[in-house]
Amino acid sequence: MIRLERRPAPSKSWTYLAPLLAVLATMIAGAIMFALLGKDPFLAIKTIFWDPIFSPQFGSYSRPQLLIKAGPLILIAIGLSLGFRAGIWNIGAEGQYIMGALAGAGLALALYPMELPILLPLMVIAGALGGWAWAMIPGLLRTMFNTNEILVSLLLVYVAEQILSAAAVGFLRNPEGGGFPGSRNLQGYPSAHNAEIIANSGIHWGVVAALIAVIAAYVLLQRHVLGFHIKLAGEAPRAAKLAGVNPARLILFCMGVSGTLAGMAGLFEVAGPAGKISIDFGAGYGFTAIIVAFLGRLHPVGILLAGLLMALTYIGGELAQLMLSLPAAAIQAFQGMLLFFLLAFDVFSHYRLRIATGRAA
Amino acid sequence: MNSTDDLLVIDGVTKAYPGVVANSNVSFRIRKGEVHALLGENGAGKSTLVKTIYGLVTPDKGTMVLDGQPYAPPEPSAARQAGVAMVFQHFSLFDALTVAENIALGMETPPKRRVLARQIREVSEAYGLPLSPNRRVGDLSAGERQRVEIVRCLLQNPRLLIMDEPTSVLTPQEVEILFRTLRQLSAEGTAILYISHKLDEIRALCDTATILRHGQVVGDCVPRDTSARDMAEMMVAAKLDTPVKHPGAPGAEIFSVNGLSLPAASQFGTALKEIGFSVAKGEILGIGGVAGNGQDELFAVLSGETRTAPDSVTFEGQAVGRLGPHERRVLGILSAPEERLGHAAAPDMSLTDNALMTAALRMRLAPGGWIDWRRVREYAEHVIKAFDVRTPGPGTAAGALSGGNLQKFVVGREVLQNPGLLIVNQPTWGVDAAAAAHIRKALIKLAEGGAALIVISQDLDELMEISDRITAICDGRMVRPRPAQGLTMNDLGLMLGGRDPEEEAAA
Repeated sequence: MIRLERRPAPSKSWTYLAPLLAVLATMIAGAIMFALLGKDPFLAIKTIFWDPIFSPQFGSYSRPQLLIKAGPLILIAIGLSLGFRAGIWNIGAEGQYIMGALAGAGLALALYPMELPILLPLMVIAGALGGWAWAMIPGLLRTMFNTNEILVSLLLVYVAEQILSAAAVGFLRNPEGGGFPGSRNLQGYPSAHNAEIIANSGIHWGVVAALIAVIAAYVLLQRHVLGFHIKLAGEAPRAAKLAGVNPARLILFCMGVSGTLAGMAGLFEVAGPAGKISIDFGAGYGFTAIIVAFLGRLHPVGILLAGLLMALTYIGGELAQLMLSLPAAAIQAFQGMLLFFLLAFDVFSHYRLRIATGRAA
Repeated sequence: MNSTDDLLVIDGVTKAYPGVVANSNVSFRIRKGEVHALLGENGAGKSTLVKTIYGLVTPDKGTMVLDGQPYAPPEPSAARQAGVAMVFQHFSLFDALTVAENIALGMETPPKRRVLARQIREVSEAYGLPLSPNRRVGDLSAGERQRVEIVRCLLQNPRLLIMDEPTSVLTPQEVEILFRTLRQLSAEGTAILYISHKLDEIRALCDTATILRHGQVVGDCVPRDTSARDMAEMMVAAKLDTPVKHPGAPGAEIFSVNGLSLPAASQFGTALKEIGFSVAKGEILGIGGVAGNGQDELFAVLSGETRTAPDSVTFEGQAVGRLGPHERRVLGILSAPEERLGHAAAPDMSLTDNALMTAALRMRLAPGGWIDWRRVREYAEHVIKAFDVRTPGPGTAAGALSGGNLQKFVVGREVLQNPGLLIVNQPTWGVDAAAAAHIRKALIKLAEGGAALIVISQDLDELMEISDRITAICDGRMVRPRPAQGLTMNDLGLMLGGRDPEEEAAA
């Protein structure tokens, strides 16, 4: 008989071991899946995990892509992790990402073609406000009417997507675009372009912002009372109340920070790698960031590593689709396995496995 | 001793958990129809032992013989079939269901509802435990809920009834009723294994006692012939000194509650009605009451977790009703709640983290919001040392401590912050005798230093021991506080029932 027995205190070593084992188990289960699909499993795993960085053929293209993809994932996930630590579940980062992009890009398009040195910083502020405002809707509804922030924030993603397509075909459409949907390309608007800081490195201001967010979140959680209260609220809500934490204020703070960072991520994307508002601008970063946050143990450094790993599976996955003609759904299933195994191995940080021998009936 | 008299013989039972041996080579026997006490500090292994007898725990070694037959229940249903029943300390009843429905849920093959209702009535009347099968459990008092659990056991005609801390939620009058029932059962041949911390009760009720310490049997005695003090010393293997309160001249009034009414927060909560009292500097006010009569609601109002009209609570002349726990701490109002895990402390966080939780402000552990972890650790170590908290160190998770040790930490964390007013809910709930004496002594010393204290407790002996004045809360109403000196147990019983002993006497 196999039983789970609660540990008196969470195991430190399992906390670090679980993500590594999850990656390993994902590789094994993924290899089996790829084999069942009739592909060479070793080649598929190598294409996903190795080739994007080390292949002489693709590396020069995919290495910068790694940072371009990881930047928004890390930025959004850092914001989400604060709320998740406190037991506040913002599932709608995708919507806040879109609204941030719309707000920031909208500002630039309204001023086009005026060249203004501080335009990009202004756009960042507009993007942050856009994401913040979108996140405040579930936050305020939660604190005022006790609605469920999971549902409200998630459903607002679909509202944001509708606004996005309305913008792309309507009020933000490029007047010189010959009637095609999509806005002007901000890459052609020097004041508004979030260009690479070092050419061909993939490092744009969004990547820098992600790194700053990692450091700031680390300091907040380790050294500041507010970070301590966030952790306390997640561990023991009643104890947090006794410690003097105001639950409503904490909800608004966590929703606000995650919305702000998601909005900034959207702005950096639309002003940089994506270049324009288009119907398919929302690429799922906001949802993938949830996986990144948990894969990174809701710890800033963990999220940094998890964001890079997740970006790797994206780029490697695209490469595998291209080179081995693996179906896109197989890659998504592969990414889903990662979260699945992580949550499964996570059980062992709080429980130990007991295998009863002999006398148990 | 004639061995055919033995109902249950326990021989060499050993059970080890990772890092701790809960029971080590435990042997004793329970005779038919006797009331047998199981005594020991928290963590002495009493719970593990009764869980073994009830089939919830499989021992690593050792055997049990029930009425001449080998007995090794793999699960509680097997124990029940063999005639072993148990009433747990924490009830497992559904508030929204009726008494009969709750009892039917615990049975393998429940009879028809009408038959069951008749059986419940018969059994409850036969043993002096009045109980109506059709009432909703949510409307019952704690004492009545316990009757449901007892009747549920009695319907199985048990040969051995295990009772884990049964009187902790009862008034003295209800305890008397329970004891009559238990004596009747014993006279009819049902053996009772009785676990309690309250040595006076054990002396009044039990025929024999087995004493456990660190998982081992360290002795047995006949409680009637042994003093409570001797039994306590056998449990802890040390001399105990009872704290003594030196009543000083009462200081100036520092804290008062006036005309406080508060609707119940939930369906099964208690509304507070017209509560008013005051506390003076250097005074300990004890608030008695049976669990669930509004203590938790009152505590939340006093600590600031529940906010009220500004002037319904005043401290040093200032209206503080609208202030939260943090703002009250600024003024010197500190509190330690009853529930250790999840309320007074975060179980998965370290003692250092838990020290920071309520001491950040007054001990200046986080100047300007930036945590000074070195000072936090020093404060945690200070609490651990001053209150003799047994733990490997401040990095240990709070949930890994035993109940008594964590309680010492929680109380110590507040006491050492030098409060002007300290509110404690159940300071020694589930805490062993030595730790309880330690905590009470610290509270008395704090009051002697000039602080005002409000102690909410269900333990009447404790209230008598430390309080200057005593009041009680019943169904959300408070009786007039009375000086502790000269109060009898009978007076206290009346007060717990919401009546004023002086008015009763006058009537």
